[in-house]
Amino acid sequence: MKLSGRIKDQHFQFSSVTELLAKASEEKSGDRMSKVAAESSLERVAAKWILSELTLKDIYENPVIPYEKDEVTRVIYDQINNHIYNEIAHWTVSYLREYILDHSTTSSALKRISRGLTSEMIAAVAKLMSSIDLVMASQKIRYQAHCNTTIGEPGRLAFRCQPNHPTDKSEGILASLKEGLSYGSGDAVIGINPNNDSVESVSRLLTISHEFIQKWGIPTQNCVLAHITTQLQALKKGAPMALMFQSLAGTEKANRDFGVNKELLDEASYYMMKMGTSSGPNVMYFETGQGSEVSLDADHGVDMQTLESRTYGYARHWNPFMVNNVSGFIGPETLFDGRQMIRADLEDLFMGKLNGLPMGIAPTYTNHMESDQNDQEIAGMLTALAGANFYMGVPGGDDVMLSYQDTSFHDDASLREMLGFRPLREFEIWLETMGIMENGRLTPKAGDLSIFN
Amino acid sequence: MDIEQIVREVVEQIRKKKNVPQEIILDVPLLEEGLVYSREKVVGVKEPTDSATIAEAQKITPARIGIGRAGTRMRTKSYLDFQLDHAAAQDAVKKEVSEQFLEKLAIPILKTKAQSLSEYLMNLDSGRVLCDESVHWLQQHSEKGKQVQIIISDGLSTTGIEENVPNLLSALEQGLKMKNISMEKPIFIKRSRVWVQDHVASIVNCDLVISLIGERPGLATSKSVSAYLIYKPTKDSVEADRTVISNIHKGGVQPLEAGAYLSDMIADILIKKVSGVKYTQTKE
Repeated sequence: MKLSGRIKDQHFQFSSVTELLAKASEEKSGDRMSKVAAESSLERVAAKWILSELTLKDIYENPVIPYEKDEVTRVIYDQINNHIYNEIAHWTVSYLREYILDHSTTSSALKRISRGLTSEMIAAVAKLMSSIDLVMASQKIRYQAHCNTTIGEPGRLAFRCQPNHPTDKSEGILASLKEGLSYGSGDAVIGINPNNDSVESVSRLLTISHEFIQKWGIPTQNCVLAHITTQLQALKKGAPMALMFQSLAGTEKANRDFGVNKELLDEASYYMMKMGTSSGPNVMYFETGQGSEVSLDADHGVDMQTLESRTYGYARHWNPFMVNNVSGFIGPETLFDGRQMIRADLEDLFMGKLNGLPMGIAPTYTNHMESDQNDQEIAGMLTALAGANFYMGVPGGDDVMLSYQDTSFHDDASLREMLGFRPLREFEIWLETMGIMENGRLTPKAGDLSIFN
Repeated sequence: MDIEQIVREVVEQIRKKKNVPQEIILDVPLLEEGLVYSREKVVGVKEPTDSATIAEAQKITPARIGIGRAGTRMRTKSYLDFQLDHAAAQDAVKKEVSEQFLEKLAIPILKTKAQSLSEYLMNLDSGRVLCDESVHWLQQHSEKGKQVQIIISDGLSTTGIEENVPNLLSALEQGLKMKNISMEKPIFIKRSRVWVQDHVASIVNCDLVISLIGERPGLATSKSVSAYLIYKPTKDSVEADRTVISNIHKGGVQPLEAGAYLSDMIADILIKKVSGVKYTQTKE
């Protein structure tokens, strides 16, 4: 394995695959904060070049965190298909990039080799890709999943209706829910972020959303995004839950910070199949995003993008219905501005897909980073073009409970119309019955929450 | 005849008298003010089934609902409201807590290692530990070994702190006193993050730390505070060990109510000797 080289009369020496991966990353403030970023533009290019010459075997044999020391590494390695890995172990990262982009490489071929790739290999190849590369490659890969609705079918784009309220007031949540549904948002899930994370409160929110879904016959699923242990207790006590949520990260240490591990996720997944209300088989919903490990001081000196890819490799184990990337949610210490956020969104969508996941994207920004609505809308359009399965739907783009900006009901409807996407099949029929949509376009009734009187 | 028309006629007469070009006269401020922006919620849905229902719904949530649409896009007024609120939120991050406010609060003011706002925003560690001078001060002046230490952190919303802390702090202190729970003197820590509570606990040796911290500003509220509680933090403490109550502000959980609720919760945590996710599990 060669970790050094000469460019323009300058000698570059890297000490490990981990360092090479970090320095080959596009510039991001989180990598700078954890002191793993390239120190000059030339060093970044040198790292990309040397990385491009590594074989997949080099990367396989040098996981960024050892197998013995980290549960995430173990979950990823244990699900690798050895037969497929052995076929491609001698490929260089450069060859992998060209193979992915080649016209003759089909979607099915990509899904097959993905079973032989570790998450670090996927991060590595993404580091050699530009924005259009990432979009072209992402378009080729699409995973479907089924809970009550089927997500990820070609030509369809789904949304999570996110009707949060700062004090979890039922009437306030229902008002936002009606607003969202009237714009055609909510086919991915009706997902409420609770302010009060107690079992009673979570059960109450599950009940009101479930009853609303029943009353109006809406083909979708409900979810309350509390900690997994709280949801598990609510579920065991009989709360009506269609989808179970948890935030995940790319190291065992960061997941411990989140209060989650494999055993707990196995248990949650088991009880969902046993006691959840949905048909499944995909009953889990995960959220991820570049930067959580570094902000929790649990990054082990690995760059944010590589850790994000590992998060996907980990998440794959539980066959989720949806995985939502929320890069940009943390703040400027991880992604400084709109430019870094857009790049992260494109990387994450591609890496998530190649890791075998039904991916959605939440292009988000907070008010203390250098980003605005224009950046967010650009990220939304590009990732929709790249074939994301779903986005968030927040009233007016402003989440009044979590205090950040995400895609709005208006953006949801716009992305569908501008790219000719339809809602999920079952949900579209419901929208037509309600008179909200006709031939894939909103009717004059759309946007009027009082139709649910 | 309305005022505007009268003004126009007067201006026109002056122009004729003095024989000056019209464009110069137009620069003279008119009696009437320019446009005044109104941030009031209006029902933006065109021809709704029931307008009253929408107006009612708008009253029960700060969320941007009932705003209507132009095609699939926002109407102009909603778009401008959004831009206005984003601008206000960005400005709120940059403001510092005022000296007058700190004087009135009359509690010790400590600092972290973050020397500037940009260092605070970009380097998390800098806001998680006290500076040497503050460490020294705390070692000298704290009583040590009490049950509870209250920390006020400016966090990302100084306006949130100024608006809510006076009522929140007095309700919390009163609640704890009534329960005979012993307290260190509350401290204010400039440019601090949640984890600074672990550092403080290691010095004052209390059972529980509660941080009242300014939340990052959202569009609907740039004035919100969160409370983070942790029982006996150590260097191995993690996020999941912290209990959080967020959205304390006048449009969310009222500060006085929050103070009372938090003191009840502190009493319960002190009995159960555990916080965070493990605390939630005790309530099964």
